[in-house]
Amino acid sequence: MSMLVTCPNCGPREVAELRCAGESTTRPKTTPTQRELNEYVYFRANEAGVQREWWFCRTCEDWFLAERDTVTNEVSRTWEPEPSR
Amino acid sequence: MSRLDVRPNERIDRSKPVTFTFEGRTVSGFAGDTIGSALFASGQRVFSRSFKYHRPRGLQCCSGHCANCQMTVDGTPNVRVCTTPVREGAVVGGQNYLGSLERDLMQATDKLGGPFTPPGFYYKTFIRPRKLWPLYEKLLRNAAGLGKLDPNGSRSERVDVEHRHVDVAVIGGGQAGLEAALEAGHRGESVVVIDEGPEVGGGLLAEPGGVETARALAEQARAAGVELLAPALAIGLFEQGFVPVAYGNLLLKIRAHRVVVASGIVEQPLVFPGNDLVGVMLPDAVRRLVNFWSIKPGERAVVLTADDRGVQAAEDLESAGVEIARVIDFRQGEPPNIEARGRKGRVSEVVVNGKTTTCDLVVMSGSPQPNYKLLAQAGARVEYDSTRGIFVPKGLPPHVEAVGAVTGDVGAPAVPSPVLGFRGEKCFVCFCEDQTTKDLKYAIAEGFDSIELSKRYTTVTMGPCQGRLCHVNSIRVYAKATQTDENTIGTTTARPPYAPVSLGLLAGNPQEPRKRTSLHNRHKDLGGRMMWTGAWRRPHSYGDDPGAEAKHVHESLGLIDVSTLGKILVTGPEAGAFLDRVYPNRFSDLRVGRTRYGVLTGDAGRIMDDGVVARLDDGTFYVSATSTGADGVYQWFTWWNAVWGLDARFANLTGALAAINVAGPHARAAMQRVSDDDFSAEGFAYLDAKHVRVAGVPTLALRIGFVGELGYELHFPSPHAEHVWDTIMEKAADLGAAPFGLEPQRILRLEKGHVIVSQDTDSESNLLEAAMPWLVKNDKEFAWVGKWATQEVRDRGLRWMLVGFESPTGAMPVEGGQVVVDGRSSGRVTSVRRSAELGKVIGLAIVPNGLAVEGGRFDVQVNGRAVPMTVHLGAFYDPEGEKVKS
Repeated sequence: MSMLVTCPNCGPREVAELRCAGESTTRPKTTPTQRELNEYVYFRANEAGVQREWWFCRTCEDWFLAERDTVTNEVSRTWEPEPSR
Repeated sequence: MSRLDVRPNERIDRSKPVTFTFEGRTVSGFAGDTIGSALFASGQRVFSRSFKYHRPRGLQCCSGHCANCQMTVDGTPNVRVCTTPVREGAVVGGQNYLGSLERDLMQATDKLGGPFTPPGFYYKTFIRPRKLWPLYEKLLRNAAGLGKLDPNGSRSERVDVEHRHVDVAVIGGGQAGLEAALEAGHRGESVVVIDEGPEVGGGLLAEPGGVETARALAEQARAAGVELLAPALAIGLFEQGFVPVAYGNLLLKIRAHRVVVASGIVEQPLVFPGNDLVGVMLPDAVRRLVNFWSIKPGERAVVLTADDRGVQAAEDLESAGVEIARVIDFRQGEPPNIEARGRKGRVSEVVVNGKTTTCDLVVMSGSPQPNYKLLAQAGARVEYDSTRGIFVPKGLPPHVEAVGAVTGDVGAPAVPSPVLGFRGEKCFVCFCEDQTTKDLKYAIAEGFDSIELSKRYTTVTMGPCQGRLCHVNSIRVYAKATQTDENTIGTTTARPPYAPVSLGLLAGNPQEPRKRTSLHNRHKDLGGRMMWTGAWRRPHSYGDDPGAEAKHVHESLGLIDVSTLGKILVTGPEAGAFLDRVYPNRFSDLRVGRTRYGVLTGDAGRIMDDGVVARLDDGTFYVSATSTGADGVYQWFTWWNAVWGLDARFANLTGALAAINVAGPHARAAMQRVSDDDFSAEGFAYLDAKHVRVAGVPTLALRIGFVGELGYELHFPSPHAEHVWDTIMEKAADLGAAPFGLEPQRILRLEKGHVIVSQDTDSESNLLEAAMPWLVKNDKEFAWVGKWATQEVRDRGLRWMLVGFESPTGAMPVEGGQVVVDGRSSGRVTSVRRSAELGKVIGLAIVPNGLAVEGGRFDVQVNGRAVPMTVHLGAFYDPEGEKVKS
């Protein structure tokens, strides 16, 4: 991967200055079944196309979300997450 | 051999001789020469031996494309000497031969092997008997191959990486590239031009008056703020305008908003028998020899051409006094039947339709092809234009433009196919890999009728020229042999690098980042034997006897530098609630001034890290993490809170604070000498955390017992580390204060049965099977991270258990040694040490859960023998914890 990613705080940065933490997932709100738990922990859509990902900026040490096309590495949008509490 | 008279645009400076050695003899040239041109001027004609057949090869392209002039220069193999400027004192030698370049004993492979070595020959032939393969392999590897690397050699030159961000990167500094750069420069954009040649100018340089034009353009570009890099190699063209460039000893990582590819054309060889003989050259090669370096390339030349380039070369040759014996222009009439013949590998005559012409130079020119490789790498399509006989790039990716000849503007069209020979013995298609038309036809006959498969089978296009001289011709041979057309055959995938790049340059400057604690110099002064723990340098021990160092802690007083521990401050009204969510146990009920042990798991239930949490006030928790886990834990915390948004903040204080653990029966007395605060047993109880002053320095002191004795872990601002250390060592010298290293610490903690995460746990370990069920508090309101997966382990039933063990025979297993139960591998030893204090060998092991009872028996493989071990649950030393609580 070689691209620029725009950190909401620091602006466009080389990808090596950030960490991609993979597809965003949704933690179950209530006790999951075994299957639900496994899907949450282990299964990923592995999208060939636009997917939502977590990124960590090593410069400002902030987490943000990004929409990246996994085929072209085009990052169309980055934003601060809305907390779910 | 002498030079021609001074020519108007020659690039050599005859007033500046340069000498170097070649194969032991001294060669002289001039400033402005390349090693290749100086060698050629000195009479050298054979420059290399071919990869497989060891056929003699000479200058062919003289433009840095082909592999014919690869030599070893000052120890660096595979240097293309035709474009490498001469250096005074350089040591140059040929490669891939046995004997000499002129008389290579391995040329027998050409005479004997030729007919016997079709594609796949080695794999098919040397597979039986299978056990002899290692021998064959060694012989074959010696026979084939390119230059040699000295396996014991060290890197001679420093390389570095530099990042650049520009508006426009122009690849190729010919006329089109320079004009594009100039235009962008005039618009005020930041522009960099990357050109392979020793100076920019590209194809212009070989034209009459071209040097002036090129230099004027370069001057204007510089004046407009354009940066010109030459010689510089664009290694590839990646997404979002990323162009890595090899520029001397620098790897430039250029990021451009816009990339303009102006890579021009690559001249193509003709395919006919004998087309690889020494003295058969491409037009640019002879033009450069004549015009750049004022060298007469031969005495009598035959020109075979499908376009104007051969004609231009003939004109230049004539001006240099070369006799043009014959010009065969394929555009006039039927493609002739051509064969070049040679003596000792050098061309001596050309037979055209049965008519023989003697010569010592042949200029061959197939139609030049757009040099589209970088565009194709970047994602452009390549289509065959049958009316012009060229492959044209189409559908450029965003931010990439193409200008000049690479777009397909290659001058007068050349329609006749330059693939002439099929019948003769050696019609070379791929010079780098010694692949002939016969080999390709053989591959087709064997079923490799797709060009992509053929590439892998025959290795055509996979040599050092990266297909520049053979890609198109191999497609044409395929089209002809399968009676289809070029578009049907299609092209193979273009991949970086564009040209061979030294691995050293890609690897960059070898750097081993190391972290030192603020007590590093003290450890060295005390004779600490430093070791790596992750990126940290830490003292293993301070002498030859770690066992004695550990024993000293039991008996007296030891100091260990634990500054490497992760230290994270978690603050805010919901700090406690946050910790309740990420740890299996509860921290919101921890009393201010107290500490509690915690282990982190992910939602997969696997153990990630551990540490001690101290509550400093209602909304302030001080969390320690393992030395290697500090950054990971910090990111883990901040990530979860990015999800949840609790009112809590995080500060990573790992580097800001130093930490020293003062442990041993005399620890209290020592602390009372360096602090006025209350260190009494009642006033500072086990697991208390207190703000104190130690040697005058504000310190957070944690009374914890990792090493099994009374101890205080002191955390304080790292600039004071030496002062605090020195004060304790000095004031408690008569109490026996002595440093202890990591190795004695490992013995001490093992005596207590304390786990080291990632030593005694692995990526499969969970809380229950790592014998930490007491940490699990499921009555918390929020489902803590890892709760569900831990519950699943409970539901499925425990299979494994981390247990302590003793070795009754005293035999010492290795860490990682197999646990054997009923003759089957059933777990492993995770830690093992000899305890001087206890006088026995103790350890931790992961064993089947059924064995996790006091006195349980299992075997461990020690030197191939099964040796019995006995399970011991709980601490080996001071099981009631009286010492740590004293």
